[in-house]
Amino acid sequence: MRRILYIVEKEFKQIFRDKMMKPILFIMPVVQLAVLSYTADFTVKDIRIFVQDQDISPLSKQLINKVSASDNFTLLGVSYSYEEGINEVEKNKIDVILTIPEHFSRNFNSQRKTALFITADAINSSKAGISINYLQNIIRDFQVEQAEKKGIQVKPGIEVITRNWYNPDLDYKFFMVPGILVLLVTMIALFLSGMNIVKEKEIGTIEQLNVTPIMKYQFIIGKLLPFLIIGLVEFTVGLLIALYWFKVPFLGSIPLIYMFTFVYLILILGMGMFISTITETQQQALFLAWFFSIVFILMSGLFTPVESMPDWAQKLTYLNPIKYYIEVIRLVMLKGSSFSSIKVNFLVIVLSAIFINMAAIRNYKKTA
Amino acid sequence: MIKVENITKNYGDVKALKGVSFEVKKGQLYGLIGPDGSGKTSLFRILTSLLMPSSGKATLSDYDTVKDYKKIRKIVGYMPERFSLYMDLTVEENLNFFATVFNTTVEENYHLIEYIYKMLEPFKHRRAGALSGGMKQKLALSCALIHKPEVLLLDEPTTGVDPVSRKEFWEMLKMLQETGLTTLVSTPFMDDAELCDEVALIQDGNILKIDTPANIAASYPHKLWKVVTENNYNTLKALDKLDGKISAFSFGHSVHLATEDRVPEDSIKKHLVDNNIKIENIEPIKASIEDVFMELMR
Repeated sequence: MRRILYIVEKEFKQIFRDKMMKPILFIMPVVQLAVLSYTADFTVKDIRIFVQDQDISPLSKQLINKVSASDNFTLLGVSYSYEEGINEVEKNKIDVILTIPEHFSRNFNSQRKTALFITADAINSSKAGISINYLQNIIRDFQVEQAEKKGIQVKPGIEVITRNWYNPDLDYKFFMVPGILVLLVTMIALFLSGMNIVKEKEIGTIEQLNVTPIMKYQFIIGKLLPFLIIGLVEFTVGLLIALYWFKVPFLGSIPLIYMFTFVYLILILGMGMFISTITETQQQALFLAWFFSIVFILMSGLFTPVESMPDWAQKLTYLNPIKYYIEVIRLVMLKGSSFSSIKVNFLVIVLSAIFINMAAIRNYKKTA
Repeated sequence: MIKVENITKNYGDVKALKGVSFEVKKGQLYGLIGPDGSGKTSLFRILTSLLMPSSGKATLSDYDTVKDYKKIRKIVGYMPERFSLYMDLTVEENLNFFATVFNTTVEENYHLIEYIYKMLEPFKHRRAGALSGGMKQKLALSCALIHKPEVLLLDEPTTGVDPVSRKEFWEMLKMLQETGLTTLVSTPFMDDAELCDEVALIQDGNILKIDTPANIAASYPHKLWKVVTENNYNTLKALDKLDGKISAFSFGHSVHLATEDRVPEDSIKKHLVDNNIKIENIEPIKASIEDVFMELMR
């Protein structure tokens, strides 16, 4: 026990004596959480639109006004020619072109069928899709408005009323902040522990340690504990920022989320230790840790929903610890779920934690 | 105390040790002398149980390095070739750390390291990384001694250390020997060898000779001359054609020339003068271990 505590003490001394470590541990995550949470926004704003108006009628003017009045669109030009618009698209100055054809108002007023034409720059396909969607909504509204003005009864279709539970204003931050918090905690824990044993290999101190009677488990626990503590502190700081800066609601139980975080950290630290035992240099460890974190992050459901992934990829996400944790943190924070709703996730994380830590201990050889 | 029996170690096709045997008696200061790449470090790593031999057997205090590795680690103090303490911990913290890892305290065994540690004391709050080479080495030795080992294994402790610190270091080893400690030390420096009780000369994974330094030096089979001239290179070239020459090596500012017994001083002088070499001094000398080593390697 005294040995373990002394290793813990030694690790803390080493971490805090490293001049770069303090900013890495405490400033970087805060900046990341703040910046990423503001930037990882899926709503598309300021779509640059160009209108090709071949109708040049009061009606087309009204439509143009309605588009430019929208928050989502910035009107950057109106012209009779299509060429002018497409040239701007090529220069990457325009995202969408709305074409109002000749006889638009005549056809509309005489209740004949009429069409509008939308051209979108689909280099960024999701942005293009969202832009078209917004534009269609505006046009639909416009149609209803104009029809009502004329006293024409628009055929009643099915009216859909939506209500967004757990995030009524659809504030993307409520959705993103807990997820980004998970990423930060994961990255810090994985990289710190991944670099650690391999660092002792690299500077040669492992040679001296290996000839001592220290037991494997004492060594690994002594190495895990400091990072577990750092991970929990990191999580707490991030959680406070989420709650008090981003005003993310916290409906669930705080002890529950800490219990889950605790087990989750043991899993991630174990993964780091495992990486550390199979590599020889910090560079190798860094690349491996980076590889895993990128794959886990992109397949976590944070940036793209798991449900929209291909079938095989969806199956792969069952192996992704970040996915389980993001699900849990969202459930507990936003939905106030209790243990029974997260017990599957909890079980998966506990079992993986046991498995990976056993593997790390097995793999850490005191002999060459 | 240390028994090495027919140890071999292969790394793939590379044979690092080709059947090494020797024995170190309790309380001896034993030197393993050999150039870089001769297998010294592999042997040390086998003795410290960090490496498994390909064949053969080694015991320390009757504990087998493979089977009883746990016991070995309690009785061995090891100083690896590379400085391997924590550069970002202070002198004191390093010492405390290794004492704790060995389940002891600095106070308990302070008497063992007192002499060495006194020299380090003024720097005890300095980080190990900021110490000079000689100080680092004293710290490493203190850390290797802090758990009161029965056997001290020092892998090239004097490599990269200035001559004054090297001398000091050997004085420390002599003092430690008086406490009854058994020490095995490897070194590529022949002058270190003369300070050991017994030495084993090792090259290419083979032991060439085992004896006391004095006996080894006395075993030199030829007549040896020290020739001082202005230029060793020209002298060596000229000596190539000397009748009765066995070998000639550059030794600092002089040349050590081995000849058959029949060759008199005058004929060497004459040969050199004939070859336009200006002689500053020529005298017969006693062979050192280095001469023996050069002879064995020839």
